[in-house]
Amino acid sequence: MIDWAHFTPGASLLGGLLIGAAAAMLVLLSGRIAGVSGIVGGLLAPARGDVAWRIAFVAGLLVAPAVWRLFAPAIEARFDTGFGTLVVAGVLVGIGTSYGSGCTSGHGVCGISRLSPRSLVATAVFMLTGFATVFVVRHVLGSQ
Amino acid sequence: MNALAAFAAGLVFGIGLLLSGMADPGKVKGFLDLAGAWDPSLAFVMGGAILVGFFAFRVAGRRAQSLLGGAMQLPTRRDIDLRLVAGSAVFGVGWGLSGFCPGPALVSLGSGQDKAVVFVLAMLAGMLVHAAAERYGVFKQAP
Repeated sequence: MIDWAHFTPGASLLGGLLIGAAAAMLVLLSGRIAGVSGIVGGLLAPARGDVAWRIAFVAGLLVAPAVWRLFAPAIEARFDTGFGTLVVAGVLVGIGTSYGSGCTSGHGVCGISRLSPRSLVATAVFMLTGFATVFVVRHVLGSQ
Repeated sequence: MNALAAFAAGLVFGIGLLLSGMADPGKVKGFLDLAGAWDPSLAFVMGGAILVGFFAFRVAGRRAQSLLGGAMQLPTRRDIDLRLVAGSAVFGVGWGLSGFCPGPALVSLGSGQDKAVVFVLAMLAGMLVHAAAERYGVFKQAP
């Protein structure tokens, strides 16, 4: 059953094109992959001459909501996960993206765009466990 | 110049996440909830991003240098190993539990969401756990 009330194909496609444009800018201008977990992870073990661009990219992400609000009202978002679950989820995302060498951006966008076999497998796996997790939480355990 | 380019890329990336709905964890969960009221919007996000990315990376793959003069640093590995599969599986569980992946979590942190602060700190802790485990050789890979 499709949730037509929340379905936003136009805005989502446009947002996706912007995300692709951002990945294009970073690789064509600086020769780097726009993988957020990798960019952040590289800051935890900083190497000489490899820090400034990472901080700058993260800064761009952080100021995006403020820039957005200069032109449009804030986006409605639902933050309904409890704090305890968020801690567990955050640790899993940190460990998982480090061992898996990427997340939705590095594998899901850049890697699939490059037709990388590793990224195709990684994306299939995290989508699958993501689907499975929401299924278990919502339809087996019956929470939000 | 590279830092300026990276800042602009991060900003456009963040605006894209906001516009697309990826920065709304409830919407991400709605996409992952195939058995419930399914919101397929995020498939359009990936489609749009890959459409642009495909052509950009084709151009990038033919160049040895980036436009600003640095080396083109594209991944070269093609092997599917246990770390890749197990790590991605663990990441997907965390993503499904929270509706957050790293990029949108940072954008939500930027809009001052206390839940994003907690998630990002936990994510950084997870990355440090990985770094420490690697240093002490906890999960040694078979040769």
